[in-house]
Parts: sequence; C-alpha cells; structure tokens
Amino acid sequence: MTIAQKGRWLVIVGLVLLGGVYVRALAFTPVERFQGPAQKIFYVHVPAAVTTELAVILMGLAGAFFLFLKDLRLDRFAEASAEVGTVFAAIVLTTGPIWGKPIWGTWWTWDARLTLTLLLFFLLVGYQVLRGAVTDSGLRARYSAVLGICAVVLVVFNHLSVYLFPTLHPQPIVIKPGKPDLPPAMLLTLLLSFGVFLVLYVGFVMQRYDIARRRGEAVHG
Amino acid sequence: MRELWRQAWTIARKDLTLEFRSRTAIVSALVFTALVLTVFNFGRDPTAVSTLDLAPSILWVTFTFAAMLALNRAFQLELENQALEGLLISPLDRRSLYWGKLLANLAFVVVVEAVGLPLFVLFFNVAVGHILLPLLAVMALATLGFVAVGTLFSAMVVRTRFAELMLPVLLLPFLLLPLTYAVQATARLLAGRPLSEVAGWLRLLAAYDIVFVAVASWLFPYTVEE
Repeated sequence: MTIAQKGRWLVIVGLVLLGGVYVRALAFTPVERFQGPAQKIFYVHVPAAVTTELAVILMGLAGAFFLFLKDLRLDRFAEASAEVGTVFAAIVLTTGPIWGKPIWGTWWTWDARLTLTLLLFFLLVGYQVLRGAVTDSGLRARYSAVLGICAVVLVVFNHLSVYLFPTLHPQPIVIKPGKPDLPPAMLLTLLLSFGVFLVLYVGFVMQRYDIARRRGEAVHG
Repeated sequence: MRELWRQAWTIARKDLTLEFRSRTAIVSALVFTALVLTVFNFGRDPTAVSTLDLAPSILWVTFTFAAMLALNRAFQLELENQALEGLLISPLDRRSLYWGKLLANLAFVVVVEAVGLPLFVLFFNVAVGHILLPLLAVMALATLGFVAVGTLFSAMVVRTRFAELMLPVLLLPFLLLPLTYAVQATARLLAGRPLSEVAGWLRLLAAYDIVFVAVASWLFPYTVEE
C-alpha cells in the first residue's frame, strides 16, 4: 500500500469516527445551559482550531529541521501540513461566525483570538503563494523554511501578547493551568473529537505528502 | 563582532551612496507618502469623523505603505548585472550583508518618515510638539520592527515571480502586530494620556524588535546561500 492509499483509509476511518462523535455530541451529551444547541458546534470548532495551530507549528518545525538536515522529505511534509492546516483554518473561520451570530449577535468581531486565527490563515496562504512563486525546488524549500519559522515565531509571540488584550472570546476551559472546567460528559466528547481531528489531519497529510513526493520525482526524474 | 559591523557599514554606505546619486527611489517614496496623506484627507468625511480619531491610523497606514516601497527596492538593485552574486562571492559575512541592508533600509524609511511626519502635522492640523519625544520613540521602535522582517523577506521575494506583489502578501501579516502597538501608543499620545499608559505598548514594540532582529539575523544566511 502506498502512503496515499494508507492516508485515504485513515481519512475514511476519521470521517466515520467524526459521524460517531457527532451522534454522541447531539444525542448523548448534555445541552449547555446558556448557549443551547448552538454550543454543539464547539466540538468541531475547537478541535479544528487546535489542529490548525498544530499544523502551523509542525510546518515551522519541519522547516527548522530542513535547514539543518537538508532533507527534502521534511520540506514535502511542511508543504502538506500547510495545505491541510489551511483547510482546518477555513473550518474554524466558518464555524466560528455560525456560532457567533446567535451567541454574540455578530458574525465577526476583531477579538484577539479571531484575529489570531485569521492571521494564521493569512500566514498559511502566504506560505503557499510563496511556494508557488519559486520554481527551483532547493530554493523553494529554503525560502519556505525561513517563512515557516518566522510564522511560528510570530504565532508564539502573538500568543504571549494576547493575554494583554481584553477579549470577548470564551477563555480556554480545557488546556489551562489547573483542572478542566468542563463537565465530564462534554469533556469526553471534546477529547474524542480532538482524537478524530488528529486522525483526519494525519490522513490528509499523508495523501498530500504523496502528491508532493510524486511531483518532486516527476521534476527530477 | 566589530569586523561584522564594519562590513555591515560598508554595505549600508554602498546602498546609500547609490541612492544618493540616483535619488529616484527616495523621491518617488516621498511623493508617494505625500500622495497617500492627500488621499486619506479626501477619503474621509471631515464633518463626520474628527481628525484626531483617525490621525493615528492615517499616520501608520502611510508609514507601512511607504516602508513596503522602500523594502521592495533593497534587493531589487542587486539584481542588475548580478550584483548579488558579486556580493556573495566577496569575503563578506552573510549576517553583515543583512545588517548592512537593514541599516540602509532604516535610513531610507527614516528619511521618508522625517518628511512624512511634518506633512501629516500640516495636512491634518495635529499638534505633536508636546509629545514629540515619545512619538519619535514609537516611530523608531515600530520602524525597526517593520524593516527587520521586511529586509529578510525582500531578500527572498526578489527571486520569485511577481516580487512587488509577493512582498506585501508575505509581510503584512507580520506588520499587523507592530502596527497595532504603534497605533495604540500614538492614539494615547495624541489624546494626551499619561506616558505610563504608553509604556506597555513601547515594551511590546521593543520585544517584537528584539525577537525579529534576532530571528532574521539567524535566518538571513539561508536565503542567500547557493
């Protein structure tokens, strides 16, 4: 089985599990007292947001390792991670407003977290635009690595500075110092969803990696 | 270290001499700045929005665009006659090349800002005399941040297709943070708030500068190696 085929199977498994998570979220997880059914979107929105950040960080790390090891496989992984990350960022940016309209009364606000996600999206798109504009594969790999590392530094810097801005967005309730605030049933659903999104991420990246590998081979023969 | 700075100074002097002799880029950048300020004046309804509310944004959007123009030019001029290859085979540390370009770009943008600020005061009738020193500090820190990242990226984009379009696409997400800090600080200064309210933004700007000058100095050699 090639990497692409394995990735395809993983995605199929992930999609089935995602269906399972949603059956659990809609039928077997309590409805949130204040937000009502709108809160259900949280089981897609939050895992997608975390996966986006993971994709960006892995893209930057792969770039940093590439600069030392000069292994083109790392560059292909970074390329795959960036593209999959863009899709997850798009999911975050569409599910967010759908939740925001009933709960906040507005589709969009320039809140620190929303801005950060939009920034991630721009960085990922810019990264791919740069890749598309360089023809030489060695040069492209180095440039992308440099941009990827800068992007991660910017995201980390932003995370640290975000605590200084007032924010409308719900504060982190799971990954924070101390115990999670979420009731156990909701927490379990959320964690299952995290797991499923991770499976989907890996599956998509494997398929996209295989495309990058074939392209590389087609150019170099 | 001293040798590195000496080399950097040589590069910066070369760029500035070239600029001083032709003066095309600086003159266009200055005219551009004046034009953007003029456009802003007609792009608002003076009866609806008071100048003071809009002033910080006008100032910083103008400076951001002007800096972008300057940065595009930094490595563009090394493309002619393959001057960049010449620089790279000379016994020159790559970090010095970055620092030299950074110094020259800083000088360029500072000249633009030195003309832009009085024009801004004149066109929008904003009094800055009493807050001149802190305002200059905000400008200095923000400009260093803009130029530190911009110099690194401009070295990459010159060898891509659509370089002029590529630089803003890559650079603007990175300028959002220093731009936010600078606008917040400027707004507080113009509103006559106490300096203690501005200190936090200045610290953030300084932190941004330190982080990105360090990262860019580390990464720059990878953008030019063969």
